[in-house]
Amino acid sequence: MSATTQTQAATPSPVLTFLKQPLVVALILIAALLLLGEALSPGFASGQQILRLLIVAALLGIVAAGQNLVILGGREGIDLSVGGVVSLSAIIGGNLMNGTDAGILPAILGCIAAGAVIGLFNGLGVTLLRIPPLVMTLGMLGVLQGLLVVIRNGIPSGRAAPGLSQFVTQPFLLGLPGIIWLWVAIGLLLAFMLGRTVFGHRIYAIGSNEQAAFMAGVPVKRTRIALFMLSGAFAAVAGMCLIGYSGSSFANVGEQYMLPSIIAVVFGGTPLSGGKGGYTGTMAGAVLLVVLQSILTTVHIDESGRQMVFGATLLILMLFYGRGRAMRA
Amino acid sequence: MTTATLPTPKPGGLKRLIERYPFLPALLIALVLLGLNGLYQPRSVSFIGITGLVKTYLALIMLAIAQTYVVYAGDIDLSVGAIVSLVNVVIVVMMEKMGGSGFSVVAALGMGLLVGLACGIVNGIVVAALRLQAIVATFATSIFFTGLALYVMPVAGTPAPATFWRTYGGRFFEIPFVFYAAVVLAIVIYVLARTRLATQLLAVGDDAQAAFQSGLPVTKIRIQGYALCGLFAALAAFCITGDTASGDPLVGGKMTLFSVAAVVLGGSALSGGFGTVVGSIVGALIIGLINSLVFFVGTPSEWQNLVQGLAILVALMAGILVGRRARA
Repeated sequence: MSATTQTQAATPSPVLTFLKQPLVVALILIAALLLLGEALSPGFASGQQILRLLIVAALLGIVAAGQNLVILGGREGIDLSVGGVVSLSAIIGGNLMNGTDAGILPAILGCIAAGAVIGLFNGLGVTLLRIPPLVMTLGMLGVLQGLLVVIRNGIPSGRAAPGLSQFVTQPFLLGLPGIIWLWVAIGLLLAFMLGRTVFGHRIYAIGSNEQAAFMAGVPVKRTRIALFMLSGAFAAVAGMCLIGYSGSSFANVGEQYMLPSIIAVVFGGTPLSGGKGGYTGTMAGAVLLVVLQSILTTVHIDESGRQMVFGATLLILMLFYGRGRAMRA
Repeated sequence: MTTATLPTPKPGGLKRLIERYPFLPALLIALVLLGLNGLYQPRSVSFIGITGLVKTYLALIMLAIAQTYVVYAGDIDLSVGAIVSLVNVVIVVMMEKMGGSGFSVVAALGMGLLVGLACGIVNGIVVAALRLQAIVATFATSIFFTGLALYVMPVAGTPAPATFWRTYGGRFFEIPFVFYAAVVLAIVIYVLARTRLATQLLAVGDDAQAAFQSGLPVTKIRIQGYALCGLFAALAAFCITGDTASGDPLVGGKMTLFSVAAVVLGGSALSGGFGTVVGSIVGALIIGLINSLVFFVGTPSEWQNLVQGLAILVALMAGILVGRRARA
């Protein structure tokens, strides 16, 4: 295994290989965008501003963590329900906390449990009933949106506990807010899990060749169900942090995370076909996406122009990443 | 109900039937839903009731058809809703600028078709020629199209001229206009299903490599699929405009995922190579029938969305399971 990867890496020029790594591409693009932002409006790349960007990126990045795992697991893995889970978690968390610090722990546990249960249903539908993930999670999104209406009409949307808001927005350790530390911890945890644990290797195994993985004794279904549960749980954590960031939840706050979480994964170098990639790149992808959006809000153009530039830029950036293979006879 | 008597007694008859007509499970679900609708609200299965249903969901039907041609080739288009919005504002602004006469309506509709076609070709180039992943690439183009729609009409509310929506909602010789539209649509679909393009799209979706090796211009075919999708999205926009009688730069956004759901409900495989346009039409009607049934049953208003969501999820799963059992 290791011998083949070494020989493969040795053939092309090492500099070029290094520059072609998705993580490096993303980091270079982030640096370029920050410089551009600073040139367009001085103060864009100031420490305070970068910190704010990182908080927003952490919210997206945590959603993208679960999305990334599901996509890595292959078989057209994708989770369209994450946006619904984020919204649901924000409202459940807000009500369990209701503005008191004592409610933080039950809120966190309740949200993660809710997210994991939703993920469990997704996973069961995808594995046992063999519903394509896109269809299963799309249907689940519809259910969650309906559930949100029911909850919202029945009870007020709740408030974030001061402790949680502080954790998300105020410096916690070494001048960085707690959410950034949380994000770094998730990043380290996933890097360890994907690189060093049996579970991580099983994810790559089922993602690259499910049949072979099954023959080799990998519990394919259980692994895939776990991936969807993790996706729900990560989206729930993001929803909790989101309500800490905004103070209270409002209708469908999570919808804005559905497709951007997938784009962050793609910008991080994990192709939608699964089986290769990792979370470190996705973190850079999330930062890249947020920096890009932020530049567009600082520049004084209409909403219409902003959207056109954003859409076009996304397309151009996608060209930097893995394009499909050309047809060959 | 009628399908139960159709299969021949020989083994695998039902299987072969569903293989030939993949939309049969969907049709069965639709008929059951129609029956239930009639049970709770007898008037809903009357001529007026059905006309109302078709009129309300004609836009979704068009959009489901649009999505089908892309899904045939194994692609997906998440920008269809944005194309609907863009065409909607373009035709409304153009009709208004030209004074709302009959000629302006025709000119605006022609323009709308061109805009839809252009959007479709852009999607096709991005996905098939530049080889970007369809889900993320068409999401990016949808942001771009939405930006364009906001540029054409920053705020919703410009009314469409009366000539347009009176025609759409009106009757000719005592028959509602939408029925003529449905007949024309049926003919167009019948003809399209017999063109080489439909077969080629299915061939590409079944096995792109094999299609390429047998000499098919795969890239060109996929672009044509997206172009066709753009055209039908423009037709969906015409229906929406006739229904709402105004322009709204965000009107189509919510329809995208429903169009995908309708295609799946209709028995087409998202992986491509297998499906029917008729199925997608039935799928769109299933969504409409579920929505009206939930209303007729008397579900409390705050529960309606949840019940609809659950019913659609169950229908999606049932359709896939039945379809697979038949094909396995």
